[in-house]
Amino acid sequence: MIRLIIIILSVIFYPNLLSAQNKITIGLQMEPPNLDPTAGAASDIDEVVYGNIFEGLVRIDQYGKIQSGLALSWDISKDGRSYVFHLAEGVKFHDGTDFDAYDVKFSFNRARAKNSTNAKKYIFKPIVMIDVFDSFTIMITLDHARSDFLFNIGLGDAVIVGEESAANNVYNPVGTGPFKFKRWIRGERIELIANDQYWGGAVWLERVTFKFITDPLSAYTAMMAGDIDAFPNYPAPENLFLFEIDPTFDVIVGLTAGETILSTNNKSAPFDNILVRRAMAYAINRQEIIDGAMFGNAVPIGSHFAPDHPYYVDLTALYTQNLTKARALLKEAGYEQGFTASLKLPPPIYARRTGELIAYQLAKIGIDLKIENMEWAQWIDQVLRHKNYDLTIVSHVEPMDIVIYANPNYYFGYDNKDFQKIIDDIDHSNDKAQTEKLYQEAQRKIADDAVNGYLFQLGKYGVWKKNLMGMWRNYPIRANVLRDVYFAEAQ
Amino acid sequence: MMGAYLFKRTLSLIITLIVASIVIFIMIEVVPGDPAAFMMGLSDNTEAANAVRTELGLDASAWQRYFTWIFGMTSGDFGISYTYRIPVSELIGQRLLVSVPLTLYSLILSTMIAIPVGIIAASRRGSFVDTVLMGLAQVGVAVPNFWFAIILVLFFSTSLGWFSAGGFLGWDAGFFQGLKALTLPAISLALPQAAILSRIMRSSILDVMDEDYIRTARAKGLSKNQALIDHGLRNAMIPVLTILGLQFSFLLAGGIIIESIFSLPGLGRLVFQSIAQRDLIVVKSIVTLLVFAVVMITFFVDMCYALVDPRLREGAQK
Repeated sequence: MIRLIIIILSVIFYPNLLSAQNKITIGLQMEPPNLDPTAGAASDIDEVVYGNIFEGLVRIDQYGKIQSGLALSWDISKDGRSYVFHLAEGVKFHDGTDFDAYDVKFSFNRARAKNSTNAKKYIFKPIVMIDVFDSFTIMITLDHARSDFLFNIGLGDAVIVGEESAANNVYNPVGTGPFKFKRWIRGERIELIANDQYWGGAVWLERVTFKFITDPLSAYTAMMAGDIDAFPNYPAPENLFLFEIDPTFDVIVGLTAGETILSTNNKSAPFDNILVRRAMAYAINRQEIIDGAMFGNAVPIGSHFAPDHPYYVDLTALYTQNLTKARALLKEAGYEQGFTASLKLPPPIYARRTGELIAYQLAKIGIDLKIENMEWAQWIDQVLRHKNYDLTIVSHVEPMDIVIYANPNYYFGYDNKDFQKIIDDIDHSNDKAQTEKLYQEAQRKIADDAVNGYLFQLGKYGVWKKNLMGMWRNYPIRANVLRDVYFAEAQ
Repeated sequence: MMGAYLFKRTLSLIITLIVASIVIFIMIEVVPGDPAAFMMGLSDNTEAANAVRTELGLDASAWQRYFTWIFGMTSGDFGISYTYRIPVSELIGQRLLVSVPLTLYSLILSTMIAIPVGIIAASRRGSFVDTVLMGLAQVGVAVPNFWFAIILVLFFSTSLGWFSAGGFLGWDAGFFQGLKALTLPAISLALPQAAILSRIMRSSILDVMDEDYIRTARAKGLSKNQALIDHGLRNAMIPVLTILGLQFSFLLAGGIIIESIFSLPGLGRLVFQSIAQRDLIVVKSIVTLLVFAVVMITFFVDMCYALVDPRLREGAQK
């Protein structure tokens, strides 16, 4: 009798004991608003669907490199304008419909249509013509050579959707990927199951659950209670040591594509004066910020570029903390007595903590910052849309987004013809070595002009069970691709 | 006569709702922040934001939107959530399936603790037992429920592994699985409520025990406990019912911190998240729904007064 009770109790309390480990529960802090990566900008959508439910012509791997996707190979014409993609055959969407070149044409036309809500329409702007040669060969012609086109169509915003299912992807996503959407308990979890028909071969995991845990402490208890197998980006760097001392977990600190910067309104006085901006750059001590705000878990940056990218130049030595120089520059600019400005901070904890330290550091050269904490919607309205701000702190998480400095209407208000020329040259570049040189020039230019305060690259704090293999170390794009993920015992 | 009473109540309910809907609508209109811009995040894309605005019907005039919303709601159509893009009624319905059971569960727990504790403490006023019980109640009021919740999780989930640390799979996973998932949250919510309720219960009984009719009952030869149970308890319940009604409306959406700690998809978190994401249509609907719930609960509590106190019932029929 007692034995029976024990068995019943253990089935109730440990249902996992009865099955092998081919299911995984992944913790995420933010729930996606919907599941269509081609509508809206939320990277939270990509974290669930990219490479799992949806696939693009090419895919971006965990090192930020371009790999073949639904296009098995491609030829680029000499002038760099035309791409001929050779598509995989026998691929089916999750609703059973066939994938072919017409789906590619449909997806790209949908994304660039007038009423499209695609957040990265600029990817498709250069497309002049889409020619379907046959069911599995398609040619895309651009206005001119574009060095970033192939990378861009690897982003979540350019995944291939089916004509029959596209409209419902927001709540019932249908793609070609290794996992199919099963259900979504809003506010709690999203469940996926393996796609037996997957064209790319079998996957290890049978069931995938993404569980949404907003509260950092609850994230900790859920990991410790064994509810969660992996937190690809654990929300509280200050608690990482708790996992490091626990032998059942691996803690992997990687990089994201998020440059955390002290964004500066280059159009409003006194920040329109380069001397003031340089003075601020000399007042900032990056290591102090990284230690204080990120508990040492972040990489300093000197410009707006990801440190793990092959084109990266380390410019952190351009300005190192030097208060004498900073005060001299302020004096030269006519602000010997310093000045008062506002620092508007969005909700993420990195921004709030960094903000306190920036205010403390700038106070040393007489710049008195009034901190204003805001919620996201307010911040987007005031800072981003109406440019009604002096300084703010935010992480720019889009990959390769240095191009935003070429837009004089973006909220930095940086309007520099030389820089715009560099970006235009990059745009037209058809030569890898030249592209690299130009990107490095671009990094130097904005660092030299001290457009914004360049602080640190946001880390990716991966925490997962020791026997879990194949999780991404870095976030070159926000994605948790589970195709090659497995538990060591299940091998 | 009861019919006239009901008619009056219904009329005041409708007026309350209309006034509330206008106030809610105006308040939400003046809040800065645009749902379409929020969806586009940091990306530099006004064209797509405008497309979203059109898609969501945000470019209509305020009057137009108010009447669409109100008339839709009277026919059960709450509109489509800006963020989730599913019907608001479906979204709220799912959350109510968590929040209503959780609220009832914690109120049942708190009543089950509070009523006996209140009776025992009152019947032994000034004794050692009374001091201990009221001391515990004092602690129960003072302890923040989120702290208590975390202690429960660390003990029952992390150390003992009896419960999962959070989450709710829905009722289709089985009634007992659902109940189990709600147990720790319900206990956390119930503790401070039970503490308040037992203090109210105790003082309410003590008040009643000083009444003339109890003295009469005692004079007729009933023991103190008999007099309390036969004549005192019903009357002592009135303030307790008032508090219970208030607690119900509070817990329905006020359990947000506990919902966050246990990652429960409840109503409180939905309101909070919708405000942050400017999913204004959801905010409007939930707040209106809560106003409706509060009014209905007050109505229901009034009916209960009549049930425990015949004088009120007769008064209503006069």
